Amino acid sequence: MPEPSYHQYCCITCGLIYDEALGFPDEGIPAGTRFADIPDDWTCPDCSASKSDFELVN
Amino acid sequence: MANKFEPNMLATARANSPADNSTWLTSKKYCYALSLVVLLLPLLSAYFAVTNNQGLWLWLPFIFIYAGITLLDKVFGDDESNPSEAMVEEIKNQAYYKIILFIAVPLLWLSVIVLAYVITHYEWSWFSFLGAALSAGIMAATGVNLGHELGHKVNDNAQQLAAQLALALSGYGHFVIEHNKGHHKDVATPEDPASSRMGESIYKFAQREIPGAFRRARALEAARLQRLGKSPWSVHNEIIQTALITLTAYVLLIAFFGPLMIPFLAIVAAYGYWALSSANYIEHYGLLRQKEASGRYERCKPQHSWNSNHKVSNLFLLHLQRHSDHHAHPTRAYQVLRDYNNVPKLHAGYPWMYILALFPNIWFSIMDPKIADWAQGDMHKVNMDPQAKDDRFRRYHRIAQ
Repeated sequence: MPEPSYHQYCCITCGLIYDEALGFPDEGIPAGTRFADIPDDWTCPDCSASKSDFELVN
Repeated sequence: MANKFEPNMLATARANSPADNSTWLTSKKYCYALSLVVLLLPLLSAYFAVTNNQGLWLWLPFIFIYAGITLLDKVFGDDESNPSEAMVEEIKNQAYYKIILFIAVPLLWLSVIVLAYVITHYEWSWFSFLGAALSAGIMAATGVNLGHELGHKVNDNAQQLAAQLALALSGYGHFVIEHNKGHHKDVATPEDPASSRMGESIYKFAQREIPGAFRRARALEAARLQRLGKSPWSVHNEIIQTALITLTAYVLLIAFFGPLMIPFLAIVAAYGYWALSSANYIEHYGLLRQKEASGRYERCKPQHSWNSNHKVSNLFLLHLQRHSDHHAHPTRAYQVLRDYNNVPKLHAGYPWMYILALFPNIWFSIMDPKIADWAQGDMHKVNMDPQAKDDRFRRYHRIAQ
């Protein structure tokens, strides 16, 4: 099975990176969770910016 | 899927019925343009000073900001309106609101240049000179506020450039980096040099904030450039870019208007710095985000910002005083920022709070009981100045050990 291709998303305000490969276990988001699968009302854990304020970096 | 995650902990902004909102929200659109008139006050004051040969006129913009806006806040009171979701969608991207900002930036520079011309081409007392310099300083402070609004729109190159031009007036080119990536991340924690602590006077705060903010900006920008494989000592460094704009403008002003520009520009820049320190001082004084089991700080919530919902000062300051919503939605444009219920409230607009902050004993006597109420008597939940800790615990801590 080929490795799934994960992406990274960056908070455009504070620069926090959400890496799909790593998830965000502290937040209850397991490794491998697609950014699109995170609820829309999730906010940046560092600066509280909206999910819509994240942009794809790679 | 959604059940796996913690719910969004941000409170909801107060909802108004559309009927409550419509008239004021519509007229507000034009009131923002009216606020540009304030930026023309230095031209008016310079005109009256010259035609009446009366240098006291040069104090007009400075006095208007503190006394005039405070009085107007008293007269017009609070702004009860909040835009509905439909209205947010309608106006959040309207070019009109952006154009106001783009007009404001050159007006700031024009006003400072006119004041510089007037004080160097006519005879004035030192007191009148001081009034002109402080009035120009008000323009620098306004530039920081504009730079704040514009600097958050990181995906809009025109707004980023306008932010640099606005901030260059006071030589505060590191603000956007420091504020977005530093302050918004660390706000209301002891790690943030731009969040003030209970028992910390504004004078002590400024000595921590000004160098701390610069160091943080320099480190953040160096890290960004390193990721891009570029030298921190290059024109790609946004701090250096804005510093070059400041340097060029200041050298030109000194070349055209002479050495009197040196103290004039020193006051202008210092005043811009002081105004930002004042804003940072009052916006999160004593408020603290708690640490979670993971060791991370809890998210910044609406209750981690002091708000002021006065109509007139909010128009002039582009809703900066609706600070909870700003931290909840940092990229949200000024015209759609909303007020919240049950958040910490200042009893006056920022201009008057800036004046109170100058007198630490008065400031502490007003704000410290509010902090104690906010923390429900648990001083462990307060962002505390270590040197004031014993005193504040003795006076306000009400939770049994």
